[in-house]
Amino acid sequence: MKKLLKRNEFYVSVVIVLLIILIQGKSGQFFTSNNLVDLARSCILPGILTLGITIEIIAHSIDVSFPAIAMITMYSVTEVATSAGYTGPVWILFLAAALMGTVLGSINGVLAAWLKLPTLIITLATSSIYMGIMQGVLKCRVIAVMADPLERLSETYLFVAQNKESGLTSPLPVLFLLLIAVIIVVGVMLKYTMLGRSIYAFGGDPVSAQRAGFNTVFIQIFVFAFMGCLAGLGGMTRTVLTGSCQPTTLDGYEMTCIAAAVLGGTRLSGGVGTVKGSLLGVLLMMIVSNNLILLGIPTYWSKFVTGVFIILGIGISSYQALRAQRVLSASVLETAPAEKDAKEAVRK
Amino acid sequence: MSDTILKVTNVTKRFGGVCALDNVNLELKKGEIHCLVGGNGSGKSTLIKIISGFYKPDGGTVEIDGIRHTQKYSTMDAIAAGVQVIYQDMSVFPNLTVAENIALTINKSENKKLVNWKQVDEVAQQAFDKIGVQMPLHELLEDMSVADKQIVAIARAILYDAKLLIMDEPTTALTRKEIDKLFEIVRNLQAQGVSILFVSHKLDEVFEIATRFTVLRNGQNIITDETSNATREKMTYYISGRTIEGENFHADIREGDTPLFEVKDLCLENGFENISFKVMPGEILGITGLLGSGRTELAMSLFGLYPPTSGQIFIKGKEVKIDSPMAALKNKIAYVPEDRLTEGLFLLQSIQDNISVANIDNMCRKNGSIDEELVRADAEKWRDRLSIKLGKMEDAIGTLSGGNQQKVVLAKWLETKPDVLILNGPTVGVDIGAKYDLHARIREIVKDRTTAVIVISDDVLEVIQNCNRIIVVKKGRITDELSNEGLDEATLVSVVTSRS
Repeated sequence: MKKLLKRNEFYVSVVIVLLIILIQGKSGQFFTSNNLVDLARSCILPGILTLGITIEIIAHSIDVSFPAIAMITMYSVTEVATSAGYTGPVWILFLAAALMGTVLGSINGVLAAWLKLPTLIITLATSSIYMGIMQGVLKCRVIAVMADPLERLSETYLFVAQNKESGLTSPLPVLFLLLIAVIIVVGVMLKYTMLGRSIYAFGGDPVSAQRAGFNTVFIQIFVFAFMGCLAGLGGMTRTVLTGSCQPTTLDGYEMTCIAAAVLGGTRLSGGVGTVKGSLLGVLLMMIVSNNLILLGIPTYWSKFVTGVFIILGIGISSYQALRAQRVLSASVLETAPAEKDAKEAVRK
Repeated sequence: MSDTILKVTNVTKRFGGVCALDNVNLELKKGEIHCLVGGNGSGKSTLIKIISGFYKPDGGTVEIDGIRHTQKYSTMDAIAAGVQVIYQDMSVFPNLTVAENIALTINKSENKKLVNWKQVDEVAQQAFDKIGVQMPLHELLEDMSVADKQIVAIARAILYDAKLLIMDEPTTALTRKEIDKLFEIVRNLQAQGVSILFVSHKLDEVFEIATRFTVLRNGQNIITDETSNATREKMTYYISGRTIEGENFHADIREGDTPLFEVKDLCLENGFENISFKVMPGEILGITGLLGSGRTELAMSLFGLYPPTSGQIFIKGKEVKIDSPMAALKNKIAYVPEDRLTEGLFLLQSIQDNISVANIDNMCRKNGSIDEELVRADAEKWRDRLSIKLGKMEDAIGTLSGGNQQKVVLAKWLETKPDVLILNGPTVGVDIGAKYDLHARIREIVKDRTTAVIVISDDVLEVIQNCNRIIVVKKGRITDELSNEGLDEATLVSVVTSRS
């Protein structure tokens, strides 16, 4: 119980439950099949990208270039496929985007690991470069009618929920499975592979990680490359979900994802973060941006509320750290070390 | 099979023009606890790094368990030969659990790709069984004490089938109780045939734990002997190269003087209660107590870092209000903190700037610019008075040894001509020679009878030798007040540790 109270995940869950009760109570609309499916659908893209940034933050890095990577890969792949009249399997396109994203992400990683430059500055720069290439070199434009396989995928649904009264339909795109796959891959990697654990170790203390024999250069490049890969997949997901390719569609998306990760307890100083927490963070952000309207709050307030939640989220963790310190010194004052040892011995 | 685990023969190491080690020899028998003793800059750390394969010696050989190692000897070879070093920072991961901290590196060195959490717990449990302690396996290390982190580091080292465990000043941040526990573990390991090279400059520890010791000074062997043949005086001489007389400080107290500094019923929530004491002209007041007794909180309150919740403070009979460090400075209170590296110095700034910083307002020309010549003259004055050993005044302070850094901190505050000087752990991490210099200097300060000096320390010998009156703090309250006359170490220790 004590451990539970220390975790951001617990507080985020409580806030989510309270919000749901509030929304359901006031509008009766939350637990309708339409709303739930819409919510699930809206979580797909931020879910994928937030898991990527979570890994990076655990490794004590920050990345603001992944929306740019997502947009440039999405645009390049869609443009090539569309103008070539590609008709093959759609997964080839996703694979191509993933590879291209990986390459672009690795560039960040190489700069960070070898030149030891601050990651925020590096990714600000590469982000700017990728956007410049898109507008200048590729002269990007909106692709309204995409290659056939992409168009078909955007109309493939797992199921369609229908509201009996209004007749409104909400389909759950098949790409929801991609989110599930990413969750499983990242979850297993972070918890059950040495690679995942080395990312935590590196984030906790880079010097100790190096002394323990971990290849810290590889770890840093890997986290950026992996983010790039997820950004490539995320870009394609965005195209398919919106049914068209809009080159600026992800502008500013990095803040949403970083906020979701931090809300979920990912520590900006590195070493701490979980898949569960980040997904809860995404869910909270999406409930706020989708469902506040059900409470009669205009949509433009959703950013405001998100900001408040972020401050609260960070506030809770710093408050806990502060209190932990106070409790520690207070407990020392109450029991002299000798007595404390005796107590411990009794407990054993 | 020989009974020697480590044999260092005629090892020499130079860094540029400086000879860090000059034909040094060191021999450890199997299952022996051996102390490597020496002041700052004596070459202890360099020697450890040569044994662990981190540095290559310029001459001489390292022999482990009868096998002579060549120039190619690396850290990996050292680990393979059974040498494990626990450095002062311990190289642990605060964000991971106890069990994972122990198992992670061994799993890495076995080149595992996947993590089996059951095996992680088993490995950790095994390690704890081996050193004979029990710890919560799933606690995060960042929630644990320095002592516990140390035990985790030992447990981890043991997993590598260590034959020789080198511990670099492991007791620096530990309380007496924790040191006892650590020593118990070390003896337990010794019983299992592990040899231990214990690096320290605390004499009582050397006598307590080691069977033999080796003293280094200025990169040279001074002596290797059984600890039973040595006394504290002899040891002090070996380490510092001079005899240091241990005469206790006597205060010259005159009737009718007003106290220089006085506090009445000072309280801090969660810190201490009803603290009252006076410091008369010519006195050095000692405050001692265990870690967590409230002594540090008290020091910080007197300097305004934790403003007291109630009570009064008087300087030279006048009541003052200390609610911030700025207020403390204005009332001429100077505070030399326990952790000089993070709280007392600007490590990357030059030595002379560090000395002048607290008094910078008085070193300006009329137009407000800093008078560099004055700064320099002043720094030179303190260098000579406190015999600070340094290369150039412009060097970064981080290049000095611990003892000399502490002298600079002291110089910085003396420069402000304080009415009240609070020294918190003035000689923590300082070697014997520099310690003596610092003590002599502290005694000189009170001779002019205008500065109240308060020494807060858990080094009982230090307070007995240098303070004419000693206040013992326990659980945030003053429990005893003693004169240093006829007071011996054992008595004070029992007063400090007794329960009340």
